[in-house]
Amino acid sequence: MNLSTLRCRTAPIAVALALALGATACGGDDETTDAGTTAEKLSGAVRIDGSSTVFPLSEAAAELFKEVQPDVRVTVGQSGTGGGFEKFCNGETDISDASRSIKDEEKAACEAKGIAYEEFHVANDALTVVVNKDVDFTDCLTVDQLKKIWGPDSKVANWNQVDPSFPSKPLKLFGPGTDSGTFDYFTAEINGEEGASRTDYSPSEDDNVIVQGVSGTPGGLGYFGFSYFEENADKLKALQIDGGGGCVAPSSDAAQNGTYKPLARPLFVYPAASALSSQPQVLAFVEYYVANAEKIAEEALFIPLNDTQKSELQADLEKLKSGAAASPSSTG
Amino acid sequence: MTAIAPSPRRDDDRSGRELAPQGVQVKELAFKYLLLACLVVAVVFLVILLWSIVQKGWPRLNLELITEQPSRRPQRAGIQSAIFGTLWVIGLAAAFCIPTGILAAIYLEEYASPNRWYNRLIELNLQNLAAVPAIVYGILGLGLIARGPLGFGFVVITASLTLSLLVLPVVIIASREAIRAVPNSIRQGSLALGATRWQTVQRQVLPAAVPGMATGSILALSRALGEAAPLVLLGGVSFITFNPDGPNSPYTVLPILIFSWTIRPQEEFRVAASAAIVVLLVILLAMNSLAIFLRNRYQQRW
Amino acid sequence: MPATSRPQRAAASGTTPPSLRRSRPRYAERVVEALLMIAAFVSIATTIGIVIALIPPTVDFFGKPEISVWDFLTGTDWSPLFAAGQRQFGVIPLVSATLVITAIACLVAIPLGLGAATYLSEYASRRVRDVLKPVLEVLAGVPTVVYGFFALEFVTPFLGRVLPFEIDIYNALSAGLVMGIMIIPTVASLAEDAMTAVPNSLRDGAYALGSTRRQVSVRVVIPAALSGIVAAFILGISRAIGETMIVAIAAGGRPNLSLNPLEEMQTMTGFIAAAGLGDQPTGSVGYETIFAVGTLLFLITLVMNLISIQLVRKYREVYE
Repeated sequence: MNLSTLRCRTAPIAVALALALGATACGGDDETTDAGTTAEKLSGAVRIDGSSTVFPLSEAAAELFKEVQPDVRVTVGQSGTGGGFEKFCNGETDISDASRSIKDEEKAACEAKGIAYEEFHVANDALTVVVNKDVDFTDCLTVDQLKKIWGPDSKVANWNQVDPSFPSKPLKLFGPGTDSGTFDYFTAEINGEEGASRTDYSPSEDDNVIVQGVSGTPGGLGYFGFSYFEENADKLKALQIDGGGGCVAPSSDAAQNGTYKPLARPLFVYPAASALSSQPQVLAFVEYYVANAEKIAEEALFIPLNDTQKSELQADLEKLKSGAAASPSSTG
Repeated sequence: MTAIAPSPRRDDDRSGRELAPQGVQVKELAFKYLLLACLVVAVVFLVILLWSIVQKGWPRLNLELITEQPSRRPQRAGIQSAIFGTLWVIGLAAAFCIPTGILAAIYLEEYASPNRWYNRLIELNLQNLAAVPAIVYGILGLGLIARGPLGFGFVVITASLTLSLLVLPVVIIASREAIRAVPNSIRQGSLALGATRWQTVQRQVLPAAVPGMATGSILALSRALGEAAPLVLLGGVSFITFNPDGPNSPYTVLPILIFSWTIRPQEEFRVAASAAIVVLLVILLAMNSLAIFLRNRYQQRW
Repeated sequence: MPATSRPQRAAASGTTPPSLRRSRPRYAERVVEALLMIAAFVSIATTIGIVIALIPPTVDFFGKPEISVWDFLTGTDWSPLFAAGQRQFGVIPLVSATLVITAIACLVAIPLGLGAATYLSEYASRRVRDVLKPVLEVLAGVPTVVYGFFALEFVTPFLGRVLPFEIDIYNALSAGLVMGIMIIPTVASLAEDAMTAVPNSLRDGAYALGSTRRQVSVRVVIPAALSGIVAAFILGISRAIGETMIVAIAAGGRPNLSLNPLEEMQTMTGFIAAAGLGDQPTGSVGYETIFAVGTLLFLITLVMNLISIQLVRKYREVYE
């Protein structure tokens, strides 16, 4: 069988399946989403790129949006937060996904090209510190203890160096790579400076590997986003974090009401003002994203915004829409 | 059987082994099995690799995988856009790099004089390019093809051109070796009969060199098929729900999608990723089969 | 018997063969030659493009006050993407890791590849060769991300069980072994093509003198095919040095100056992959380290290739 017959054969099958699926999809889905104010059929492209952490959010948004506007072609890339901003500030994407706030160099690049944007905080995540199940002598770590473990000059290699009451057990560290937004956020919150960390841990670009490392190494400790813990709750133990207000376990509620600090982190998307004003399909998509932020966050295994954050998001959207033609602005 | 043409190895055993004393026979057998062991190790590894992938991806190896588009729900996620993206990108890449590589090899072997400095420079250059990591080609493509002078943007053609550049050294080096292996007596005979250099190349050298060129093309395109990192830089997205409609279309390829699913937390995504790998290998086999068919057919002519 | 060519038939029919006429063929030859030259110079253009892409950020990088070329080349602490106060730019750990893993990969790929090629060329029947050669070539097409994860999830635990030593989850040995297997088809297929192309007259002569198959393979065929075999080796080694995803996934992301293959270590390409796809803002020092390391890699392979070309030129034998 060569390529052309393969295509010829799959085409009718695909069409038949698409019709069948279309028939079931219309009635079958249990989701009711707010389609927004536009009822007309839109077309065109929406280009999104950026953080691989935020990717599932934009993916969920794109797929849900396709149900209300099937002719709009939304694509989502995963070049990394930095890579995403590079394209965004070059005018090559309409929305940038980010697991950290835009940095000064990136702001300057956007200004230089006249790209105006707004920072949309669209979902929350609870950065979870996990340990191997054999770490049964503690359920909670304070921020100071975490700093002791992860600080740039730290040489802690044993649990009893973290706290004298802990037994002697080698401490093996795993974590995201130095160029990930998760790393940036964790080091900024725990060690006080973004990028400040001991260098002798085992970094990985793939959080599943951190799961494997921690669950397979006695005395292992690592950190990553909440969804990775949820999916592997049977293999790992999540530590409660004491950020000054007592030990709090990572959970959706704790992240929303602010008690899980300091490791409740925001996830951002940055829409471009010019794309909103000149391309109706991008405007419709962004409005859809904001209106359905809660549903999208749940679908992507993240933690939705609380009410205060929701109204802030709404305000940011209005700000972006009205200030679209103005000179580049950045949020406070 | 002439002594001029490079004939294929013959199957009859004329090793003279039977005439040798006992000790030598043992050495002969030992050597043979040592060589066979080399082959067996590689094949066994491949079998284990394939078995572990198929076993993991088995639950998702169904028609839905091919007909569905990517989705946030792992049970529904399919790879259709990635399959077509891969076919488009690799198809165009083949169209660029195979003719260019073969023509370059012909020039370097048949026309350019080997002692000139620029010829040596090209040879050094080719070997060096084969060692450059793929992601550097991605950076090159980003600066010069996606943006810069060519400015094609983040579309299929950019990916194809960049991948062509990536694998071109392999095609050229393999084709050169194939052309080099054609005995000079063939060329001399042809020229003596009054053919021009190009006629000699076209009618005598090329057909004899086809098997080696086919090997080079297989290795080159196989490499291109499996690349993800440079394409991410060049606009290979991870979520796209429509197939490319031409060279000027956004795209994704199977390796990117596979990697994207592998790093997701849900186990079902990783199962789907394994299934997608199986599909990729099927495409690889189909592609290789075409070249192998050509290789075997031309080898029989002689 | 070769078919009669057009010039022969033309001569027989009494007209001047086309190729002996002055005008058209010469013109066509020139055009063809020009086209071919353009094709060959694509490779030069590529290198120029790579140089253009790599050099300016590298120059910018070394122009920064905190970085000196000497410290870069001789320093043994590589932590460029951490906070400004603790950054170090010594590239030696990356270079040593690249050498260790490349060495392991070559120790696997070159003997196994050459052995497999010799078997396929000299011992296997036609049918066996026609089946096994493509099977080997499938190994070349497996995506490198797949190899990386296979090394991490399968080979490393296996080595952990089999070896009496303690092995890190990320380690150079798994990555090197898997990389070696991936390169076998490159070495084997090209070497096998070279050996198959050796004229049978050479073999016949050796057999006629009473040589065994082993002697013919080792003393006649391999030396005759040496140019192609060495080209296969060089392509294999080049591939090993430039391989990115396998090492990024399986060898780890922590720079480690060590010759112990059981430890985690980050190669030059592993670093480029991790930093290139990550989070560094374009134009920052962290971003420019990618280019500096890329340039260094380019120069190292250039020197290696210069040496190898000299060697090949010295030992190549041409028959007929």
